[in-house]
Amino acid sequence: MEDMKLIADHLVYEYNKGTNQTVRALDDVSFVIHPGEFIGLIGHTGSGKSTLVQHLNALLRPDGGTIYYDGADVFEKGYDRRALRGKVGLVFQYPEHQLFEETVFKEVCFGPINMGLETKEVEMTAYAAIKRVGLPDECIDQSPFDLSGGQKRRVAIASVLAMKPEILVLDEPTAGLDPKGRDELLSMITELREKEGITIVLVSHSMEDVAEYVDRIIVMDRGKILYDDVPKAVFAHAKELEEIGLSAPQVTYILQDLKKAGLEVDTTGITLAEAKETILEALHWKG
Amino acid sequence: MGIIHINKVKYEYIRRDEENNVEGITTAVDGVSLAVEPGEFIAILGHNGSGKSTLAKHINAILYPSEGSVVVDGMDTQDEEHLLQIRQTAGMVFQNPDNQIIGQIVEEDVGFGPENMGVPTKEIWERVKESLKAVGMYEYRSYSPNKLSGGQKQRVSIASVIAMHPKCIILDEPTAMLDPMGRREVIRAVRALNDVEKITMILITHYMEEVIYADRVFVMDKGKVAMGGTPKEIFSRVSELRDLRLDVPQVTELAYELKCAGVPLPDGILTREELTQALQKVKKLRDPHS
Amino acid sequence: MDPRTKLLGTLVYLVSLFLFASLPVYALAAVFLIFVMILSKVPFSYMVKGLKPVLFFLVFTIMMNMFLVKGEVIWTFWKLQVTREGLRQSFYMGARLILLILGSNLMTLTTTPTRLTNAIEAVMKPLRLIKVPVHEIAMMMSIALRFIPILLDETDKIMKAQMARGADFESGNLIKKAKSMIPVLVPLFISAFRRANDLAMAMEARCYHGGKGRTQMKPLKYAGRDYIAYVVLLLYLTGLILLGKYSAELLKLLGI
Repeated sequence: MEDMKLIADHLVYEYNKGTNQTVRALDDVSFVIHPGEFIGLIGHTGSGKSTLVQHLNALLRPDGGTIYYDGADVFEKGYDRRALRGKVGLVFQYPEHQLFEETVFKEVCFGPINMGLETKEVEMTAYAAIKRVGLPDECIDQSPFDLSGGQKRRVAIASVLAMKPEILVLDEPTAGLDPKGRDELLSMITELREKEGITIVLVSHSMEDVAEYVDRIIVMDRGKILYDDVPKAVFAHAKELEEIGLSAPQVTYILQDLKKAGLEVDTTGITLAEAKETILEALHWKG
Repeated sequence: MGIIHINKVKYEYIRRDEENNVEGITTAVDGVSLAVEPGEFIAILGHNGSGKSTLAKHINAILYPSEGSVVVDGMDTQDEEHLLQIRQTAGMVFQNPDNQIIGQIVEEDVGFGPENMGVPTKEIWERVKESLKAVGMYEYRSYSPNKLSGGQKQRVSIASVIAMHPKCIILDEPTAMLDPMGRREVIRAVRALNDVEKITMILITHYMEEVIYADRVFVMDKGKVAMGGTPKEIFSRVSELRDLRLDVPQVTELAYELKCAGVPLPDGILTREELTQALQKVKKLRDPHS
Repeated sequence: MDPRTKLLGTLVYLVSLFLFASLPVYALAAVFLIFVMILSKVPFSYMVKGLKPVLFFLVFTIMMNMFLVKGEVIWTFWKLQVTREGLRQSFYMGARLILLILGSNLMTLTTTPTRLTNAIEAVMKPLRLIKVPVHEIAMMMSIALRFIPILLDETDKIMKAQMARGADFESGNLIKKAKSMIPVLVPLFISAFRRANDLAMAMEARCYHGGKGRTQMKPLKYAGRDYIAYVVLLLYLTGLILLGKYSAELLKLLGI
């Protein structure tokens, strides 16, 4: 079980049950999350990814199937789902809209206090989390509402990190940030995995970001998993992705154009660095 | 004769602490001058907090300059007499799709502006119809806004502005809260209205792909205009843009990286076609026999 | 039909139910309701569905009246006594409530909220003379109607977000439960204010400046059927008052 941290087992979830407008938001969804993975979850709005994400920490109860965490069925009677929410941290979209405390420090303490930690430990993990997301010391006693939009978002992420999650799920964490803010946040997330070994699930609309950062992609469409593979393999299905409102990264299309124009490039490239390398090679450019 | 003249506009606001004591003065816009010609498509870029939204709100007379002046179609925005006329000439679309739809069904929202202007009932209906058709939302006229996607809501908001027959539309980050599909829908509508109806467009954004169709681009930083020019000119200056917390479209970035590696490419490549052609030329130069 | 007609009609109907408590009056009201229901073409099953949410309340009221009103005892069950007066009272109460709910349901089912707000604005117009901000009240109502679903959605989202941070809304006593709502209420208020601010700006940007000089996209207009409706309403009202006054005599005449 050690390398199967979380198992989603034939999940089914329906909205508006019992009416004539029943929508099957999840339709027989199964997958396994292994420790230390960096997974990208992509899909068009309404594909079921937000519903799926809320099952991972048992906020929603499936109509069929279940979730196993460390081998235990989390929907079994008596399972401590509150403790699970500490282990599977979920950062919602626009998480800054959930802030409510007087100071940044109190805000970040909210999670660990709910987890029942002792005062001393609460304060230590809260402080560590604030530093971890790169907020300066002088923020700690400020009101979270006086911070900039990007900083507020970091506070919200810190408040989840302070519960010391083993898996961190982020629902479009870069929405509304400017390009630099996007890059900074994504490299912070990468660091969380590399330095702390936290498993990451990143919900994203940006194919370029997903191609650049993750090592496995799950593609959702109409409540089902369409692909679950390494990025290169998923983006080889550019046509199919377009049919469900997604696409391949821009560079992939560039490489396809170049191939058509007679340049001997490798069209499986999905990142800027890969594209650059194969183009230079095709031009016999000494790198 | 330009349609919008922004003359050395400065906007300052006073920050206060909890006891209402003055903490300091923030200058959000600092001496900006801009002139926009009728029919132009202008894009304003800038990182969060660069002052671009504050500047935009001046054109619609929601904010007034502390110093300098803003003139819309010959009317000074500080002239109260022309207030309604200005707001009707320069319509505004905001960022949050939910917080700007007033009507409980789509057509009522589009009719809201004309109602306020005192347009006769029969004409309101005509305007609502043509505006919704212009953004491709006519079939949704009797929907509740809550049933629409983000992109559709923003298109309704654009229709609501068009129904007031503006000469100019200011779009304040209309795509910031949308998914890629919604973004494409909105930008397509904006470009079509600019091309077909010749409505002057001022688009504020930080998505680089959205500005490559603009006639002119301005980049704001710390309340000032830091760069200005055609998209080609702006995107040739990759490292400067990065210093301003911005980015370039991935095509441009790839061209830039190749250029750094020594490949002789022209500056400011914006589209896939341009890059392919340029690289084909390079290949021919290196390999003249093929 | 014009929403003003419906609004006034419903008002008259509702008041009529409280004027007299007698069998013939309720019979007339029921006939009137059925008549309007047939005209409106709202399926009967739909109307009955509207009774469901208040079913508990209805049964409770009937029971209370049945058992608690003192008078001539006709039936005893354990410690409970049913009296003749109680039976009569509970029948009247039940009938009144059912007629009331069905009547108001009929109006809301056949009128969109916007039309209803318009009607309220129009009907209240005379109050402007005593400086009541009628237009503003109507505008507020319609904005509230637009934003209620959005805010409900938002409440759900914030609650889930706080639960993801380990918040517990279920266990504990009342005080603890109330306290646990703070992390939901604070963000909710902030968001509501932000939305209000945004909306005010959007309205201003679209030339909103109060009710003055405003035209209407969907103006209210009386048609022939509205006048007919008013005549029917008047007839109903007269018939009702007559019935109410002479119901005792009528019942005697029929030998009940």
